[in-house]
Amino acid sequence: MMSAPGTSEKEIWPLWEVFVRASRGISHTHVGSLHAPDAALAVRNARDLYTRRGEGVSIWVVPADAITTSDPDAKGAFFESPAGKNYRHASYYSKSEGVKHL
Amino acid sequence: MTETNRADAAADAHGHVAVDQVVLSAELVEGASVASRDVAEYALWLGDDALIIAQQLGWWISRAPELEEDVALGNIGLDLLGHARSLLHYAGAESDRTEDDLAYWRDEPQFRSAHLFEQPNGDFAHTIARQFIAAHYLFELYTRLQASGDATLAAIAAKSVKEVDYHRDHAVQWVLRLALGTEESRRRMMTALSDLWPYVGELFADEPLIDRLEGVAVRPSSLRQAFDDAVAPVLAEAELEVPGGFVSSGGGRRGKHSENLGFILAEMQVLARAHPGASW
Repeated sequence: MMSAPGTSEKEIWPLWEVFVRASRGISHTHVGSLHAPDAALAVRNARDLYTRRGEGVSIWVVPADAITTSDPDAKGAFFESPAGKNYRHASYYSKSEGVKHL
Repeated sequence: MTETNRADAAADAHGHVAVDQVVLSAELVEGASVASRDVAEYALWLGDDALIIAQQLGWWISRAPELEEDVALGNIGLDLLGHARSLLHYAGAESDRTEDDLAYWRDEPQFRSAHLFEQPNGDFAHTIARQFIAAHYLFELYTRLQASGDATLAAIAAKSVKEVDYHRDHAVQWVLRLALGTEESRRRMMTALSDLWPYVGELFADEPLIDRLEGVAVRPSSLRQAFDDAVAPVLAEAELEVPGGFVSSGGGRRGKHSENLGFILAEMQVLARAHPGASW
């Protein structure tokens, strides 16, 4: 059976998740993952793997095992509740005059 | 890269570069001055250094310790190949030869690369030691060459210096990790450094050509102090001694090479020589 990336014992280097900010004012976006022996080299590997065509101005790397994820089997309980509750969308409210950038 | 190219690349995250259409940087086309014979010879020194080490780094693709390091070494190799293309393009104009003519149709005695660059890849530590020396040398060289009286060489240096600055950082990171890692990695790093250090001297040796290029070329011996000052703190942090002992007599700038270069050229040139004029 194939193991998830970063969990096989044959993989010596830990897995890192990479976030790249495309330009100033935009938030960092998850772009993928990579292996690196430590954080300093993870940033450098990320530079080589994810920004070599000029995609970014800033990189974050996070150890993959530092990320806590939602349970994919609990999708129903987690994400289906908003269905039918369209009052949660702001479209029912009229915008005040003078608020230009909402 | 021209402004138009840059705008296009920004519009499409992956750019749209066709492999056979990678154009040389604008600095080589504009002005269109042809190098004198001496300047062309000097451009060959620098271009051959970059070409030979780029060819060697390509070997690591699929063979580095991890996929990520394949890409890192491949990227560095491609940066250096870019420098080689610009420099050989410039060098070739004097004798009406293209960069490909120079890369594929010269034999060992016509190559002007220093011996460091033809040293075998060895294990990963040897490649890192070679990169460590090469990148520090190239960084000091291109930093100074930006002020060259030759506009084309100055422009190539200005573009290249940022790239070799990163190569330097990459090598430093690995020297520290190998030297301060396990007993085995430290042993390999020390062996590699003492195997490669004999080829440092040739990089800083002045040749008669340099006397004729005052204000154009950078005098190699004038870079030695800056090189020593840059590598010393890294070696100290890595708890490594500057190796002494045997010093290679060099001769690369005069076309005298070790047997290593023959093997490198054989692999690099075989396809172009089997299919003259082919493009791919």
